Amino acid sequence: MKNRTKWPSVYLAVLMALMYLPILLVIIYSFNESKITSVWGGFSLRWYTELFRDRTMFEALLNSLFVGVVSCFLAALIGTFGAVGMSKVSFRSKGVIEYASQLPMMIPEIVLGMVFLTYFSLLRLPFGMITLIIAHTAFCIPYVYMEVKARLVGLDPSYVEAAKDLGASEIRAFFDIIFPLMLPAVASGVLLAFAMSFDDVIISVFVTGVDVNTLPIKVYSQVKTGVTPKINALCTLMFAITVIVIVIFNIIRRKNDVKTLENKDL
Amino acid sequence: MRNKTSLERLAEVEDVILRLENIKKSFDGVTVLNGIDLDVKRGEFITLLGSSGCGKTTTLRIIGGLETADEGRVILEGVDVTNEEPNKRNVNTVFQNYALFPHMNVEQNVGYSLKIRRRSKEDIKKAVSDALQMVQLEGYEKRMPNELSGGQRQRIAIARAIVNEPKVLLLDEPLGALDLKLRRQMQIELKRLQKRLGITFIYITHDQEEALNMSDRIAVMRNGVFEQLGTASDVYDRPRTSYVAEFVGSANIIRGTAQGSDENTVRFVNSCGTGEVSRNGAAIKDGEDVVTAVRSEHIDLCSPESGAKGLRGTVKEKSFSGGMLRIEVGLEDGTSVVSSRHGINADWVPGDAVIASWDPEKAVLVDLEG
Repeated sequence: MKNRTKWPSVYLAVLMALMYLPILLVIIYSFNESKITSVWGGFSLRWYTELFRDRTMFEALLNSLFVGVVSCFLAALIGTFGAVGMSKVSFRSKGVIEYASQLPMMIPEIVLGMVFLTYFSLLRLPFGMITLIIAHTAFCIPYVYMEVKARLVGLDPSYVEAAKDLGASEIRAFFDIIFPLMLPAVASGVLLAFAMSFDDVIISVFVTGVDVNTLPIKVYSQVKTGVTPKINALCTLMFAITVIVIVIFNIIRRKNDVKTLENKDL
Repeated sequence: MRNKTSLERLAEVEDVILRLENIKKSFDGVTVLNGIDLDVKRGEFITLLGSSGCGKTTTLRIIGGLETADEGRVILEGVDVTNEEPNKRNVNTVFQNYALFPHMNVEQNVGYSLKIRRRSKEDIKKAVSDALQMVQLEGYEKRMPNELSGGQRQRIAIARAIVNEPKVLLLDEPLGALDLKLRRQMQIELKRLQKRLGITFIYITHDQEEALNMSDRIAVMRNGVFEQLGTASDVYDRPRTSYVAEFVGSANIIRGTAQGSDENTVRFVNSCGTGEVSRNGAAIKDGEDVVTAVRSEHIDLCSPESGAKGLRGTVKEKSFSGGMLRIEVGLEDGTSVVSSRHGINADWVPGDAVIASWDPEKAVLVDLEG
């Protein structure tokens, strides 16, 4: 009541005008019958039908999903092992290593793309699906690592002690206690990583070959030759998928937090 | 070989279920335990009492195997288990924060130790339901830990620890997180449970009331050693040191120099006046330092005009709680003593000059620590 400042509304207005209005417009125009974006020609699913008829577009989608799933799986393995391993040891340079393993999230993508390009050329790897997967795995690992590590740090060490006290061996305690308790973190890390992989253009452009397109690359190259309303439909779909993934991510994370926090506080 | 037989004899004849021998432990160069010796008899309820940082939790963790002693031995039923893993010891722990597995329901939590020992499903079900009955939570099998109240979690943690019938149950401040009323009730229940099960309890607390209420014996810990080990009345009525007297009985510690003592009574003087304490065989000669502990309920106050002997001071503060009136008297040397009595009425108001005295029989000579 007292703090009737205008700033929140101003912030909201700016956010709306810059972010959500354009998204909303794209969504609306994806249902536009007319071929010219600025003219409303009535509601239609025409562009969605055309989109699904476009074989190259569909291939690009499959490629994106394949790259996303495979590299997320690999990142899940490597990131989880890394986080579990690091949680069990302590040495002086541990902080440096942890920092180094999270740095890729902050390095500009254009730099990463260049680096991968040079590296893969040096190794004489054929550019295409393999290089895409290696690059995506590399930048997905930190997301999994970060999530799992946070989970393990927050995990009350007395759970494992209790398990051992009740007769479990070290390995048994890991599989009975730590593993199930960290799975949600692995899942949320993977979802976050997938969202990153699925919409990546810059790194992918550098490391893909001529014959393999991912969906974002396809969109990008189409836009260069002129925006068709089909792109609006595609963006709408991608936006929807991203929102769904992020929502699932947050649900998993919240459930997980609530469960263990409640147990800990009392 | 010979050593082992003597240990086994110890376990059988003297009925010592657990022996700690000169346990020492330090973390990063800081000594936490500095030579702990303890014999625990079968079925005994022993409390380790002390303020935080005194080493009581470390002692418990060494018994449970969650920590390894730097020096000394842990002998359980005549077997040296000093370097055994926790899962190889027939000892279970009730953790301070309960440590119930959040992803398992009550039945899975309580039955966990039996599942590890590959007992049959029917066996486990039966044992779990018996254990739940023991802690009066029948029918809670399918609840998750986060659906339980603090007191219920506490009981489940106990059920989980006793289901496998350990030789010794270790309890690390198990009532610390509960409110006062529930704590009182759980004290009685725990004691009853311990009698019924016949399991040896080693109990940790910083609450002297809890220790006095429940224990067969109390070990008052400070700076990694036992300052005194004895029954409740030992540590309460016959504290060995000033620390024990203050910590367990909230006693006043009064110092002076012996003067004019006889064979039954030690008399002493300090800058505020004189005091007396029964000798109880102590070999204190005139001119030596005297430290005596007098609990507040034994301190009497009277006006200086009465001509009574004692310590001169001024009433500083009055407060009332738990049916007792507490009067703090600032003595002339800057120290203070507390006098307490039942009821809320007192003849004194802050600023009154008073003489504090006591019955020598109620005062105890103690060693000064620190």
